[in-house]
Amino acid sequence: MKSRWAPYALIAPTLLLMVVFLVYPIASVGWFSLRQHTVTQPWKNGFIGFENFRRMLTEDPLFWQSLVFSAKWVAVEVGLQLLLGLVLALIVNETFVGRAVARALVFSPWAVSGVLTTGIWILLYNPSTGIFQQLAQWGIGDPGTSVLGNPDTVFEATVVTELWRGVPFFAILLLADLQTIPNDLYEAASVDGAGRWRRFLSVTLPHLKDAIVLSTLLRAVWEFNNVDLIYTLTGGGPANQTTTLPLYVARKAVDSHDFGYGSALTTAGFVILLFFSILYLRLSKFGSRA
Amino acid sequence: MTQTLSRISRLHLPLALYLLFTLIPFYWMLVFALRPTGNTSLVPWPITFEHFDTVWNGIGFGLFFQNSLIIGIGTLVTVTVFALMGGYALARFRFKGQRVFLLALLCTQFIPGAMMLIPLFVIFKNAGLLNSLTGLVIADTAFQLPLALILMSGFVRNVPVELEEAAMVDGCTRLRAFFAVTLPQLRPALVAVGSFAFIGAWNNFLFALMFASRQDKFTLPVGLSYALGEFNTDFGALAAGGVVAAVPVVLVFAVVQRFLVQGLTAGAVKG
Repeated sequence: MKSRWAPYALIAPTLLLMVVFLVYPIASVGWFSLRQHTVTQPWKNGFIGFENFRRMLTEDPLFWQSLVFSAKWVAVEVGLQLLLGLVLALIVNETFVGRAVARALVFSPWAVSGVLTTGIWILLYNPSTGIFQQLAQWGIGDPGTSVLGNPDTVFEATVVTELWRGVPFFAILLLADLQTIPNDLYEAASVDGAGRWRRFLSVTLPHLKDAIVLSTLLRAVWEFNNVDLIYTLTGGGPANQTTTLPLYVARKAVDSHDFGYGSALTTAGFVILLFFSILYLRLSKFGSRA
Repeated sequence: MTQTLSRISRLHLPLALYLLFTLIPFYWMLVFALRPTGNTSLVPWPITFEHFDTVWNGIGFGLFFQNSLIIGIGTLVTVTVFALMGGYALARFRFKGQRVFLLALLCTQFIPGAMMLIPLFVIFKNAGLLNSLTGLVIADTAFQLPLALILMSGFVRNVPVELEEAAMVDGCTRLRAFFAVTLPQLRPALVAVGSFAFIGAWNNFLFALMFASRQDKFTLPVGLSYALGEFNTDFGALAAGGVVAAVPVVLVFAVVQRFLVQGLTAGAVKG
């Protein structure tokens, strides 16, 4: 009798927190998105149906621009993080002297916050005492290069900054999965005359498939929602060039207190992520390992 | 000989390059934090602690550090305890609604914290949790708990249930059997889950920015973000503030990262 209620008692705190801080807010985003709701102009507040969505889809070029930039940001970040993370995982999975130290060092940026990452890279990028100035002193490149202030290089500079912090996530996850590959699979492949590259393609990659699908999906969602780094590094500029959808939402909420329209933008973000996730899991045939 | 060469080009060279990419930014911050203003040498010698004095006492990073520490430890405790309870329930019981609960936990990973700011702000305002460290602990806990719970249930599943059952046959209650037999085996799991909760709370920026606008409730990331705007010229202070924010988490992480790899290897992620 007692143990029938035990599991519910054990999950009760989690359930309570989830309902109050996750489920209820989602429902309220849906409700707000159908209202005009501006904190600074409460007399105008009220139900307006799908007016926010109509405005968003037909009259707001920044919505479309932020969406396009979000897609580009996610594709470039996740693609490069996966590639570099996989290479890094393969390297630190080998046996060599100092491996434990090497792992701790290359994984360490994972523990650093987005804001701190910005701080560190601002020091590195600054045109007067940064790394490009130093390189110029040694005769490499031009002095006074400002990569963050230049519209032509701001994207690349932001991508590299987020890579620094993001690659370890893939490296850790893929390393963990690499260690579960039974050694006899490799031995069998070697006996069949498979070289290093062949073994990677026919043993390692198929084994890692589910981990890759899951980690890229999680990472895509996180990078889509990533606000800390871009907010502090570029603030979405220059000229809204690096404004993602969540950054646009945050600005609507924090700066203009336009909760109704901000909620409509949020709802759009939800729906897009949901469709993307389902489509991605379907297309990648997640869970059906060859 | 060719074997050694191929090993160097395949292993040591790329590793060395990647280490440079990882470590140069950290080194850059250290140099700026330790050398006097106006000095541009790449080796910070003689070192100075004037920048640390500026940020710690002058700007208030001492207080921000204390706030971050309270939030980090508070979140560590609540996340670990609730994840242990829920993880045990998922691993050891079969109950109605279990699959739905697990699915809901997984779905939360797709909920963007940034996009929840508007409704969360309203909730926090109505509950009187604005400008309160307790409020930030609650928000951090709510967003970190689902993943921590999934991880923890994997760890619990790896402890053989037979040990617990044997203790119960010997007359222990389930609770005593858990504390005497299972909990000691979970020590690495507690270290891993607790540390990651601490790191997550220590690093959280958006909640702290939105829900704590009074300067005496600032956390380190919020303090840093203001430093980014304000001392565009005082890079020494910015770097020293960065070191203050980085040292605790990087040290914690260096110690626990191998538990994470082990835990994930044990299949925790596959459930």
